[in-house]
Amino acid sequence: MANEVCLRTLDLERPWLLEQYQSRGGYEMLKKILTEKMAPEAIVEEVKKSGLRGRGGAGFPTGLKWSFISRNAPGQKYVVCNSDEGEPGTFKDRDILRYNPHQLIEGMIIAGYAIGATRGYNYIRGEFWEPYERFEQALEDARSAGYLGENLLGSGFDFELHAHLGAGAYICGEETALLESIEGKKGQPRYKPPFPAHFGLYGRPTIINNTESLASIPMIMEKGGEWFADIGVKNSGGSKLFSISGNINNPGVFEIPMGTPFSELLAMAGGMKEGHKIKAVIPGGSSAPIIPGEQMMELNMDYDSIAGAGSMLGSGAVIVLDESNCMVKILERMSYFYHEESCGQCTPCREGTGWLYRVVHRIETGQGRQEDLDLLDDVASKISGKTICALGDAAAMPVQGMLRHYRDEFQYHIDHKRCMIGVG
Amino acid sequence: MTTTTVKDKTEHFTPEVRAEIDRWIAKYPAEWKQSAVMGALMIVQDENGGWLTNQLMDQVAAYLDMPSIAVYEVATFYSMYELKPVGKHKICVCTNVSCMTNKSDVIVEHLEKKLGIGFGQVTEDGRFSLKEVECLGACGGAPMMQIGKQYYENLTPEIVDAILEGLE
Ligand SMILES: Cc1cc2nc3c(=O)[nH]c(=O)nc-3n(C[C@H](O)[C@H](O)[C@H](O)COP(=O)(O)O)c2cc1C
Ligand code: SF4
Repeated sequence: MANEVCLRTLDLERPWLLEQYQSRGGYEMLKKILTEKMAPEAIVEEVKKSGLRGRGGAGFPTGLKWSFISRNAPGQKYVVCNSDEGEPGTFKDRDILRYNPHQLIEGMIIAGYAIGATRGYNYIRGEFWEPYERFEQALEDARSAGYLGENLLGSGFDFELHAHLGAGAYICGEETALLESIEGKKGQPRYKPPFPAHFGLYGRPTIINNTESLASIPMIMEKGGEWFADIGVKNSGGSKLFSISGNINNPGVFEIPMGTPFSELLAMAGGMKEGHKIKAVIPGGSSAPIIPGEQMMELNMDYDSIAGAGSMLGSGAVIVLDESNCMVKILERMSYFYHEESCGQCTPCREGTGWLYRVVHRIETGQGRQEDLDLLDDVASKISGKTICALGDAAAMPVQGMLRHYRDEFQYHIDHKRCMIGVG
Repeated sequence: MTTTTVKDKTEHFTPEVRAEIDRWIAKYPAEWKQSAVMGALMIVQDENGGWLTNQLMDQVAAYLDMPSIAVYEVATFYSMYELKPVGKHKICVCTNVSCMTNKSDVIVEHLEKKLGIGFGQVTEDGRFSLKEVECLGACGGAPMMQIGKQYYENLTPEIVDAILEGLE
């Protein structure tokens, strides 16, 4: 089975339209919840049962996150959606926004009902102008249909939802930087605790979830948590959107059950280009440690299988590399990225990411020194776990992964001042 | 820090720009006008041919009752705000891993040769500028670029030529 949850309208013409979404049962669940005045706790329970884990990268159980909010506490609470989609390799939330925006809207309204929030924001990255306009149109249509605004369908429940547009900053995908950004500030992560559930947007209790997590909610409520959990495997409930790119014939977004063998996903994506051989796979966005191709061919696309190989499923962004790629060059590009995107608040991250980049860069350009590989290990380990947010770890992990599997390639660069790729 | 509170906001911007900024302000709680700063900066940047002057940032500050310094902080933090003139068409090319392994370097070289400029530069006639950007979340169409609000995917030098010819 494929495209059964977040992409369930994809086979329709102009699948983003309200009437198309409704033709697949869209907004029926919301109506049911509102007219039956379903207990909010029952919704949180159903989401817990579904085994849904946060699709933004960290994999935190969504139902559990929602249960941290005390829904009867007085005052405003917020539902925030993270459509910042900046982790290199990830391009799935863009498709949800473009092709099924109403399901995200319905999911956010249900989330609001469940935690007692009457306002929501969807943070869309600034470059996603086309998806933003589509989402805005969907908001307008939902408002006209009575799904947004005051006293929804006569239930007494109010919910208002707006889109916020970013302006280019990977760090704003980090949840507290994102909240700062909505508040009209630089996107610099906050110290945690306090967590957003207690002190979130405008200092109010807030849940923040990834686009895909929230867009999964209507189907979980319609068909039941158990149905969703059963699509996947133990510890990895449901299906998941995988964005697969690299040296393959048919890159794209595939919504398939958790636990699907990687080899099947690769086949769906048309296999390797021009008969090339698979060399390595970055299985969950560029911060996920790299896995050699042969090993990857034996793994399944779920949290435990990928973690068992020393990496992580992350956002489900799969970058497939063939044998023509130089691993030093790949790491150099990734290290440049994390250095560019560090917000500069913590010394280990600000200085460490620059150091990592400079050392990998000198190895790549034939200026590497014998002690550089140990130096990289050392710098990476001094960043990990010592920063305000996880960008520091995200910069360190790919370095550690590369040295674990491709140390000889780096050593060759240092010894021969050139690449071993293409050398007979 | 000083907040310039201007009584008569109509001395800032054209009515159209004010209406657009007000649409952003309306999205947020009344006491959080500052939340509209990102939207406002993008609107005035677009109006000004793609870049922000200090005067424009000061005006945004006054319009939103913010200290100017808070607006400068935002404008310098986010990569899509430009503090120097850019071309009429700002060409943003992704060179991150998925694009790189699909030969974004060929696209970059082609653009540099064709336009006679490098990253961060503007053509003499002011029509084009080139910018290197990080992953734009369209890796399925690598190599890709963005011009203005539009994404262009699965690029080859020939396709790039056709796209540029199609621009005004
Ligand atoms: C540097 C950094 C970048 C991140 N970027 C994103 C992103 O683009 N999209 C996203 O959903 N989560 C991103 N996250 C994860 C968020 O902080 C957060 O965990 C997530 O939005 C929670 O939603 P979920 O539980 O539904 O996954 C990022 C985290 C870090 C540290
Ligand atoms: S780890 Fe890096 S990106 Fe995160 S808060 Fe610290 S300096 Fe900023």
